[in-house]
Amino acid sequence: MTNAAMQGTYLGEGSGPRAWLLTTDHKRVAWLYLVSLTAFFFLGGAMAVLMRIELATPAGDLVSDDVYNRLFSLHGIIMVWFFLVPSIPATLGNFLLPLMIGARDLAFPRLNLASWYVFIFGSLFALFSVVAGGVDTGWTFYTPLSTLYANGWVSTAAFGVFIVGFSTIMTGINFIVTVHTLRAPGLTWFRLPIFVWTLYATSLVMVLATPVLAASLILIVLERVFGIGIFNPDLGGDPLLFQHLFWFYSHPAVYIMILPGMGVVSEVLPCFSRRPLFGYKAVAMSSMAIAVFGFLVWGHHMFVSGQSAYAGVVFSFLSFCVAIPSAIKVFNWSLTLRKGEISFETPMLYALFFLALFTFGGLAGLFLASLAVDVHVHDTYFVVAHFHYIMVGGMVTAYMAGLHFWWPKMTGRMYSETAGRIAATATFVGFNLTFFPQFVLGFDGMPRRYHTYPPEFQFWNVLSSAGAVVLAIGYLMPLFYLGWSLFRGARATDNPWDATGLEWQTSSPPPPHNFETMPVVTRPAYAYDMKGLEHERFSPHREEAAR
Amino acid sequence: MSGTESIAFDTPRRERSADNFAMWVFIGSEAMLFGAIFLVFLVAHIDFGPAFAAASKHLSLPLGTFNTAVLITSSFTMALAHRLALQRRWRATVWALAATSALGTCFLVVKGIEYGKEIDEGLAPLLGLPFRYAGPDPTHAEFFFGLYFTMTSLHALHLIGGIVVIAGMVALWRSANPANRLRRVVAVGLYWHFVDIIWVFMFPVLYLINR
Repeated sequence: MTNAAMQGTYLGEGSGPRAWLLTTDHKRVAWLYLVSLTAFFFLGGAMAVLMRIELATPAGDLVSDDVYNRLFSLHGIIMVWFFLVPSIPATLGNFLLPLMIGARDLAFPRLNLASWYVFIFGSLFALFSVVAGGVDTGWTFYTPLSTLYANGWVSTAAFGVFIVGFSTIMTGINFIVTVHTLRAPGLTWFRLPIFVWTLYATSLVMVLATPVLAASLILIVLERVFGIGIFNPDLGGDPLLFQHLFWFYSHPAVYIMILPGMGVVSEVLPCFSRRPLFGYKAVAMSSMAIAVFGFLVWGHHMFVSGQSAYAGVVFSFLSFCVAIPSAIKVFNWSLTLRKGEISFETPMLYALFFLALFTFGGLAGLFLASLAVDVHVHDTYFVVAHFHYIMVGGMVTAYMAGLHFWWPKMTGRMYSETAGRIAATATFVGFNLTFFPQFVLGFDGMPRRYHTYPPEFQFWNVLSSAGAVVLAIGYLMPLFYLGWSLFRGARATDNPWDATGLEWQTSSPPPPHNFETMPVVTRPAYAYDMKGLEHERFSPHREEAAR
Repeated sequence: MSGTESIAFDTPRRERSADNFAMWVFIGSEAMLFGAIFLVFLVAHIDFGPAFAAASKHLSLPLGTFNTAVLITSSFTMALAHRLALQRRWRATVWALAATSALGTCFLVVKGIEYGKEIDEGLAPLLGLPFRYAGPDPTHAEFFFGLYFTMTSLHALHLIGGIVVIAGMVALWRSANPANRLRRVVAVGLYWHFVDIIWVFMFPVLYLINR
């Protein structure tokens, strides 16, 4: 990629392993994360594919029950901790946060690089546990299964997740300090792009919730290795305590995973409907509200775990409350589209699919927040379908939207628009085909985490497995056409989508320190309705779309 | 750039305030870590109060009290280092830092002696060591000692981290840019006081609460 055209950009600053592995440039660190996370995404995805093949028939014919247990455990562990939690913040967030606020870099560039090394170090433990024989506790490491009965490499996997937590906290601290101290002159809090708001909210959750996960994982490792029985009733401990501690982190972690996706969509929708984001302040504040509420709802994972009925009622009520800021966002996004000049480029397609899938998954969440309904569908495929609609349909779709939206900025290259639209549509169709049948299966009572099932469930399982194939194609396609565009794609202009936002005012790809002259901000975010601005200058892409 | 360590900042002053802020955010994060463990202790204490009260009396109050005094003194020398660094009296700052890490090490040695004593008395329910406890409700007393070892060793690990960082700072003192010295003293100082305060909570909760 290093050629004449890349001179003067961050990609022209050397291409050897040293120049990449010892870089402190946030844009290059973002690439380090992007490459490692892509590898984890496809590793976790391969496990999901194996599970779906196994579930195409009622009998357990492809893998044994032990192997199946390890497959879904590692699928969860890898996807949650080694892909979803860092996904948007560590890649797009890392690349864009300083650009969006008009800074030369994050506040602590070396800490940023260190966070990647810590991530890799932690992931080695997880990969070791995969190779050495796997873990069969599920991604939640529930006690006493994980402490007393599981005979896999629980300590190694838990320790890997524990180490990756440090990387998350480092990123969180870096982002929070950067947003507070490095905004460009004139960039007030309420002029920040929503993506920055959501990264800020995410970072707060990362910093305050991850240590609690660390504490619970330490206690598991202490019990397994040193025999200190905090969760072991024989030694006076309490196994339910683990669930409280675990979900105190892991429910907010759900918002770590979805909030940045909401931020990406808030950037993409206004751009491709040529309208300012509707209700900017409400969207910004609802991000913060989601981060706060996120800490108060962990008990809804424990409705059937023997928690008191009063606690159940309170947690159910608070879980319904989370729907309010989420709905505020959905309505504001929808109203942004109203009377817009909507065009359907790849990022926009992904963003609209996000809107549909997130709304659907969110509504299913209300079923689960209702105490009585939850007793019926608890630990069934209904729950699996619900969180995949949010995590995959929501977050991964938003991640793809962001990747396609900022790809020209990150690489200075365009990709094939046709291929992009096909991939986006394949993802949407494949996703619904995979996971909608699981709602039906769950409601009919098929429990999760089994590798065999009664024959009457086969119809929906076959549909789901077929969908997984389409979904896999949808995810594999970008690997090829984006990879191709990296070397052969047409040159991108500085602002191919004619978007507002500081990141589009610098060159594509940006120079090493982001801006030739440091920007001054004079107008609100998403000023798509203001006349006579730089962003209305000639843009080949929109000319083409107009024709 | 103009004397800042990170290229992101325009002035050293701005960078210093960012450093300080980052340390506070980090401390907030650490507070949640210890908060979770304290919460576990609190819940267990509500459930098994009498057993915990009896077990707590088996800890060595003299050694615990001595250690508390040592750690508070180390916070004093740390505060001194901060003050001296503000006045740019670097030689005195180094001595204050060295004294701080020496006191921290002293705390660890005493804690080690205390651990040894408890292991000898059969009060350490870890690594399959025999647990010999004469008091009432030995199951829950075992839980108490499990928590005691978890909490104090987590605190000790944090203290070791602080000592290592201070030792590194002192070792690299001559080659460090004077502009960065103050920033580092302030940052490590905040951390040190935080670890000290954790002990100030741990000591009464483990040793005193039932007396």
